[in-house]
Amino acid sequence: MSSLILPAVLNGLTMGAVYALIALGLTLIYGVLHIINFAHGSLLMLGLYAAYFLFSYLGIDPYLAIIFVVPAFFVLGYLLQRVVIAPMSAGSEQNVLLVTLALSLVIDNLALFFWTSNTRTVDIPYAWDTVEVLGAYLTKGRVIAFFAALLVAGLMWLFMTRTRTGSAIRAVAIEKRGAEIVGIDVNHTYALTFGIGTACVALAACLLLPTFYATPQVGYTFVLVAFTTVVMGGMGSLPGALVAGLALGVIEALGGLFLGESLGQIGIFVAFILTLLFRPAGLLGRKPT
Amino acid sequence: MMRLASYGQVALVVAVLAYLGAVYVMPSQVWMGFTINALAMTIVALSWNVTGGFGGMSSFGHAAMYGTGAYASAVLQVQFGVNAWLAFGAGIMAGALMGGFIGALSFRYGLKGSYFALVTLAFAEVLRICAASFNITGGGRGLQLAIEPGVAALQFNKDRVLTYTLLLAIVALVMALTAWLKYSRFGAYLVAVRENEDAARALGIDTYRVKVTAMAISGAFGGLAGAIYLQLWLFIDSAVVYGVAISVVALIGPIIGGAGTVWGPLVGTLGLHLLGEGAKTALHNAPGLNFVLYAVVLIVALRFLPQGIMGLAARIGAFGRKGGDDA
Amino acid sequence: MLEVRNLTKRFGGLVAVSDASLDVPEGAIVGLLGPNGAGKTTCFTIIAGFTRADSGSVRLNGQDITGMAPHRICGLGMVRTFQIVQPFAGLTVQENIAVGAYLRHDNRRDAMAEARAIGKRLGMGAMLDRPASSLTIAGRKRLEIARALATGAKLLLLDEVMAGLIPTEVTEIVGIIRQIRDEGHTFLMIEHVMQAVMSLAETAYVLNYGKMIAQGTPRQLVRDPAVVEAYLGHGAAARLQEAEHA
Repeated sequence: MSSLILPAVLNGLTMGAVYALIALGLTLIYGVLHIINFAHGSLLMLGLYAAYFLFSYLGIDPYLAIIFVVPAFFVLGYLLQRVVIAPMSAGSEQNVLLVTLALSLVIDNLALFFWTSNTRTVDIPYAWDTVEVLGAYLTKGRVIAFFAALLVAGLMWLFMTRTRTGSAIRAVAIEKRGAEIVGIDVNHTYALTFGIGTACVALAACLLLPTFYATPQVGYTFVLVAFTTVVMGGMGSLPGALVAGLALGVIEALGGLFLGESLGQIGIFVAFILTLLFRPAGLLGRKPT
Repeated sequence: MMRLASYGQVALVVAVLAYLGAVYVMPSQVWMGFTINALAMTIVALSWNVTGGFGGMSSFGHAAMYGTGAYASAVLQVQFGVNAWLAFGAGIMAGALMGGFIGALSFRYGLKGSYFALVTLAFAEVLRICAASFNITGGGRGLQLAIEPGVAALQFNKDRVLTYTLLLAIVALVMALTAWLKYSRFGAYLVAVRENEDAARALGIDTYRVKVTAMAISGAFGGLAGAIYLQLWLFIDSAVVYGVAISVVALIGPIIGGAGTVWGPLVGTLGLHLLGEGAKTALHNAPGLNFVLYAVVLIVALRFLPQGIMGLAARIGAFGRKGGDDA
Repeated sequence: MLEVRNLTKRFGGLVAVSDASLDVPEGAIVGLLGPNGAGKTTCFTIIAGFTRADSGSVRLNGQDITGMAPHRICGLGMVRTFQIVQPFAGLTVQENIAVGAYLRHDNRRDAMAEARAIGKRLGMGAMLDRPASSLTIAGRKRLEIARALATGAKLLLLDEVMAGLIPTEVTEIVGIIRQIRDEGHTFLMIEHVMQAVMSLAETAYVLNYGKMIAQGTPRQLVRDPAVVEAYLGHGAAARLQEAEHA
């Protein structure tokens, strides 16, 4: 058994990197807009389908598809916030959650209607090649996703701290009224942030597809994992999301190893409940006073 | 009991009652079957309404109580051979306990708003996975009741009219309990907690107890709905009774009909089912499209009908009597 | 009736309340004064059970209530109001008051009747059926008092009940408080505005930077150099004296 633990941990880390990438977008949106985007998983599902269709109709490799899908999803996210979420929720936190829940229902069920519940996969043999790391055999596609996630988290951090737009976003996140007074367009910044968050999830989709699949239901599975990651990482914290995503990947892999495939999924939700109850500020966060 | 605030609300309620009565004489059995489903879901909607409507604690995981009611009853009947009536009662109890447990844990640690919504969802997921993983709950195959129609086993599926009448009676009972709740001290405390928890505490209300009790009552209604589902279909599996669809329908109905009103959950759930059924017929049973429609209606209602259909109706021909009673 | 002894409360490095003590005898109207940020509201929230003190004790009618939950304290006969009024917005005025009245009446009819009677006593008869959210600031302040009174509590803690009111409204509230006191209630009231307390309170305490710096009749307090300095800044008392002598 013990010989299986290290490979499970390493595999968990590669999956966790994808969780982290999905959660980065969600936590960014929470940190700035202070809203919980329930449709985040559905947007991931859309991203998976976008990459799938680009591959199956135009033969575009999912890794190459990033340059088309990510900008398109940035625009999609921007418009969703501007046209649907902000106007329809009328400023109430509970309404935002309900509006994004409704949005996820619309997206998921339309996908089911148009694309059926068939499982779609792309055939990219090299993504399934294995790499030996510390005696464990890891899937190449997952290893690529792992390093891409670290890279994106780093780039995002640089963007937030080193650019004007990043500073504006941080200003709005901390003090909305103050930012307004110094001339920052808050609604635009909100939509921009939502767009970036959506672009992140689209990137995650492109990295995930080669070793995963697309179905209309896949969003719901991931949205709960993403929430768990965000809450464990401390709502709104980018480094927190990265660490928590990796941790959850490991928890899931070890859960699967010890409890079996079906019951193994429980680990993530139990982690979620425990975090919400005992450390609502996240594992790295300070306890609220 | 049922205090209505306007001619609009009276008209709405009369229309609902007229429809429910008309189902008896409609030539096609399809209407009755469809309304049976709508009434069964109305009970979950009424369950959500206790906490989400009166208490302002919006849950995204009412399937947790629904599924627990269904599974408790099914496990007792199938695995332990317990009498269906007793198992039915146990289902209600189990729902109440699950509601109380989730509430006690969540409120003990001060969860509110979106956090509470998400934690309830997570509980429903944990229970779904457990139910799908253990042998006693039938694992991935679910549980099937032995078919023995009759009063002894609480199985009336053969007689649609009787099933429908029983469901009408149960919905009426749960609504009467809701009305009683609304006009009781507990109801006033629950609304006070929703409107302003600090002020409620200052006025001598043990807000923790009020909230946990509300979850237990809501859980009892939810467990009841789950136990009814079992007796209607004689089969349950975890993906359905602990599924997200239950949690979603539980909250959309009351929000559209009017959260925190006695009639809202019935009006909303019935309206939604009519709409969904109409769309299904028009679109030749396309899967999932009824949920698209529900979701669009929900978004529109959140934006334009903050008090739901009952709130809209309250503004049509309001009675001279002043007051905030909107049934 | 109320004895507060040596309350201390720190938030991080900041000492919000430091070793504060006060007494409220039965039937009195006692003021708690101090400039903004002096720790008055923190003091209040501790007394009413909303915040735990780091040290010190609170006794109500001889019973130790330190650290007790707010609803239990209310049940023992002491109730607070809020500086930022907190009506139950979706309820009518009468239903708002009834929430308080339910503490002593377990059915709706009695609680609503009690609420009506109290509303009328406080001059809110015409507003009883209006939604609480439609009230003016003055109306909401009255509602706060009415709700508190409806719990049957004998000791009312009023947090800046005069703030934001125009002079005629202040006069009305002052009248109402006197009337309630004469019916057998006791008050501890926080006020930032000294004039309001001057006309009501027999005794007042002054907090500054979390410390009790003075106690006495309002008339004594306005002549107390420490109090004047707390309000007007360092050196103000001396300057005032000079001005008087000049």
